[in-house]
Amino acid sequence: MLKEYKTVSEVVGPLMTVEGVEGVKFDELVDIELQTGERRRGQVLEINGDKAVVQLFEGSTGINLEDTKVRFLAKPLSLDVSEDMIGRTFDGMGRVSDGGPNLIPEKSLDINGIAINPIARDYPDEFIQTGISTIDHLNTLVRGQKLPVFSGSGLPHKELAAQIARQASVTNTDEKFAVVFAAIGITFEEAEYFMNDFKKTGAIDRSVLFINLADDPAIERIATPRMALTAAEYLAFEKDMHVLVIMTDMTNYAEALREISAARREVPGRRGYPGYLYTNLATLYERAGRLEGTKGSVTQIPILTMPEDDITHPIPDLTGYITEGQIILSRDLYNQGYQPPINVLPSLSRLKDKGTGEGKTRVDHAPTMNQIFSAYAQGKEAKELSAVLGEAALSETDRKYVEFTNKFEKEYVNQGNYTNRTIQETLDLGWELLKVLPRAELKRIKDDMLDKYLPKGE
Amino acid sequence: MSKGTIVSVSGPLVTAKGMETANIQDICRVGKLGLIGEIIEMRNDVASIQVYEETSMVGPGEVVETTGEALSVELAPGMISQMFDGIQRPLDEFMEKTNSNFLERGMSIEPLNREKQWEFTPSLEEGTEVSEGDIVGIVQETKVIEHRIMVPFGVKGKIKSISSGSFTISDPIYVLETEDGEKEFTMMQKWPVRRGRPIKTKLNPEEPLITGQRVIDTFFPVAKGGAAAVPGPFGAGKTVVQHQIAKWADVDLVVYVGCGERGNEMTDVINEFPELIDPNTGESIMERTVLIANTSNMPVAAREASIYTGITIAEYFRDMGYSVAIMADSTSRWAEALREMSGRLEEMPGDEGYPAYLGSRLAEYYERAGKVVTLGSGDRTGSITAIGAVSPPGGDTSEPVTQNTLRVAKVFWGLDSSLAQRRHFPSINWLNSYSLYSNEMNDYVGKQLGEDWNDMVTRAKALLQDESELQEIVRLVGVESLSERDRLKLVVARMIREDFLQQNAFDDVDTYTSRNKQYEMLFTILNFEDQAVRAMDLGAYYDEIIKGTDNVRERVGRMKYISEDDIKTIETIRNQTKDDIQTVLEKGGVESDA
Ligand SMILES: Nc1ncnc2c1ncn2[C@@H]1O[C@H](COP(=O)(O)OP(=O)(O)OP(=O)(O)O)[C@@H](O)[C@H]1O
Ligand SMILES: [Mg+2]
Repeated sequence: MLKEYKTVSEVVGPLMTVEGVEGVKFDELVDIELQTGERRRGQVLEINGDKAVVQLFEGSTGINLEDTKVRFLAKPLSLDVSEDMIGRTFDGMGRVSDGGPNLIPEKSLDINGIAINPIARDYPDEFIQTGISTIDHLNTLVRGQKLPVFSGSGLPHKELAAQIARQASVTNTDEKFAVVFAAIGITFEEAEYFMNDFKKTGAIDRSVLFINLADDPAIERIATPRMALTAAEYLAFEKDMHVLVIMTDMTNYAEALREISAARREVPGRRGYPGYLYTNLATLYERAGRLEGTKGSVTQIPILTMPEDDITHPIPDLTGYITEGQIILSRDLYNQGYQPPINVLPSLSRLKDKGTGEGKTRVDHAPTMNQIFSAYAQGKEAKELSAVLGEAALSETDRKYVEFTNKFEKEYVNQGNYTNRTIQETLDLGWELLKVLPRAELKRIKDDMLDKYLPKGE
Repeated sequence: MSKGTIVSVSGPLVTAKGMETANIQDICRVGKLGLIGEIIEMRNDVASIQVYEETSMVGPGEVVETTGEALSVELAPGMISQMFDGIQRPLDEFMEKTNSNFLERGMSIEPLNREKQWEFTPSLEEGTEVSEGDIVGIVQETKVIEHRIMVPFGVKGKIKSISSGSFTISDPIYVLETEDGEKEFTMMQKWPVRRGRPIKTKLNPEEPLITGQRVIDTFFPVAKGGAAAVPGPFGAGKTVVQHQIAKWADVDLVVYVGCGERGNEMTDVINEFPELIDPNTGESIMERTVLIANTSNMPVAAREASIYTGITIAEYFRDMGYSVAIMADSTSRWAEALREMSGRLEEMPGDEGYPAYLGSRLAEYYERAGKVVTLGSGDRTGSITAIGAVSPPGGDTSEPVTQNTLRVAKVFWGLDSSLAQRRHFPSINWLNSYSLYSNEMNDYVGKQLGEDWNDMVTRAKALLQDESELQEIVRLVGVESLSERDRLKLVVARMIREDFLQQNAFDDVDTYTSRNKQYEMLFTILNFEDQAVRAMDLGAYYDEIIKGTDNVRERVGRMKYISEDDIKTIETIRNQTKDDIQTVLEKGGVESDA
């Protein structure tokens, strides 16, 4: 029998202090019954003697110090999992929210997971074709990678994420594939966009959705991504599925964390975020990966909006320090009408090197990628120069670079949200563009390859 | 040993009462799960314990038991090629023992294998007087590392008996007659990680660490026994630089500490290192590597411990007389762990929430690097070169960790995100990076090459400095306003940047460049300038020179892909330069007398 306490001594913001408790553990799940009979959930953040500090996932509104009953459940916050989760929708705390029947759980898993033993990891090196040239060729995504999208308010990250989910799932149809989607404090409209897209393409039957909307309890957002990742790990490592996890918007997650930290009066770090934000985010992002001896994989695409498009803001900054690259959206490209407006220069996939090349994509993958990057960078510089000094100030070579740059943005980047290019098509298009430049400029590509792909005399 | 009772739990910090007989820095087993923790503060009978494992579902009333020992590492054969966590638990055995891919809690695993037999060959005879640091015998631990078994610190006596043959690290192998009677010794010693291992004297570093990375060896060399900092924003290339040095540096042993970074990066090392051949020994580089992995999602307190575990192992090999390099990626994550514990202890926060002792802790760490004369007879010298990545928030190096590091590290490889975005790698900014060892190291190299290497390097750096000023002018008024000579300078500077400094870590050939090849490459570029200037002096125009040297400049651009075995062919590029310039002059109708 679990003991019931009516000794709430303090409620401050999302935190509640319960006194006179016994046998309470750190991280323990808490059941709170309000005088109205309403039940809420909490988690022990700190236990000192007989005093427990509890974080309230659903907020403190309406809690009465005298009549609220508190029970400690002798287990951490867990998620009931089973293969039947696929095709179902849950709220941000992992409760069924699609009106369907409750699951018959196969087991219940601690949502915090356990750190993967680095030696058990299988290095991610399997190419995922997203059909998007700027990703496949220049910022290649591989299975088990964590590759976030850095967006800005009003930029089309949802279109991009949906395009990846849609197009990445069609190849390799022989393998089991699932999408786990975590909505973290996003608007109803945005969530609807994803749902509709998943429905249209049939992806919904292979998806598990965890939805915390903008008007749902803010502190719940600390649990939502963990729910999603727990489901993903279960499907990947116990059911051999390739799971793509889309989490949006991580900015809202970090804000919930900040709220708790402020309520606990911790020494604030940059912009009021707690000093442990890096470690905390890492406990989410590092749950991506592949394991030796298992077939599945967890690939993460977290989405975050950079406040004021500032990449040095702690949320994108710390994310970038943890993830294996980043895809950055550009307001300039977007304003020019280019879709998807991926800014390739600051974008990066750190795992591209082992997931591409002969036997994976094509032997010319890396050299053309390097060449395109450097040509595009140089072309952009030349364009800036010509904006100041006029086109006449450019050398003949620089003019070629400008031509390359314009073509690159217009034809290569701007493929639209519904064009699905194979990697071969993308690579061929890359060569087509590189032809604009004099051969002597193509220093990143070795001679024999130039001979093969750019026959002399053209 | 003492037993106490848990009073409070807050994340990695646990307090326990009834601990009056415990000592600061004692290791304890915490709670029913027996989690590993270390006492970091005592107030009356209450100990504050930082726990090296997750404390979920631990609560008041549970027992804490001290071991009476400070956090220590085991030092004996069996460390090389291993990957340990921050408190020296071997991760492969961890996986075997738990039968899980995840780091289950409360595991107690011996750091070093107790069953494995090592072939011990004594190097001293019975009757020899020995004292701390003396080498009593050796074990060929890997193909390249001879593990020298040393008399532990504080021990003195006469060898009564010493065995030869196959032993485990816990078998007694020699007996000493000491002042306090006879004592048996095994191959293993223990050392508390937070204390530097003693040495005889420190020496001034004088020899460069050859990394095979052109921008480092040529422009910003680090000395064996020196300390270098690699700060840079995310994605700038800190980890690749450290991996490259771990792979190619001409040291005897590398300790690589993955401190609060990605799990996959450690996997990468484990997969890749065994395949790579050390150009200095011809054997796999894993044969000389010790790995410590405490990734970002692993418990934060163990992250704090990991760099001490690493440097203590490095010191132990240094004491054998080896040159060791230790990489820590990233010291910022270590500092954050320090900050988190400090915050939970409610200490007064200093700059940006870091504890006031951040600077002294960093200095203590880097001071453990250096070139030394070790204890023991024979005056062995050994060195530790410490290379630390720093991850400043937002890439802004004015923050406390970078600033405190720069106070103690003499080499600064400043990574630049704008270079990284242009895929100029390694993105070490040539204008603001520095090495205070530069002149000494260049002289040293110059003597070996028989050339004025320092002069060449200085000239190349000056060219890049000029370039940045010229580019400023170009941005304002266009390239047409520059003199012919200055335009030529821009061409040569670009050659230095692209054809020399840029180095692709993922290209089989380009990944490593020997010092001879570095010399050949730089010489060839500077030779190009000399030839071109000569032509200009004789009346050739910039455009003519550029047109006439298209082909040879392309060849200069591909020099980096010439394999080490074919270095000789670089000379033909210089010959062609001369010929092509001559052709330019002849076409222009100017006769050259050369
Ligand atoms: N010398 C190099 N040659 C080729 N590519 C490089 C080189 N250095 C870095 N890169 C590229 O830059 C990427 C990022 O480098 P790296 O992982 O070392 O960054 P980092 O500074 O350690 O970032 P973080 O702080 O996030 O860990 C690499 O994945 C690789 O693609
Ligand atoms: Mg790194």
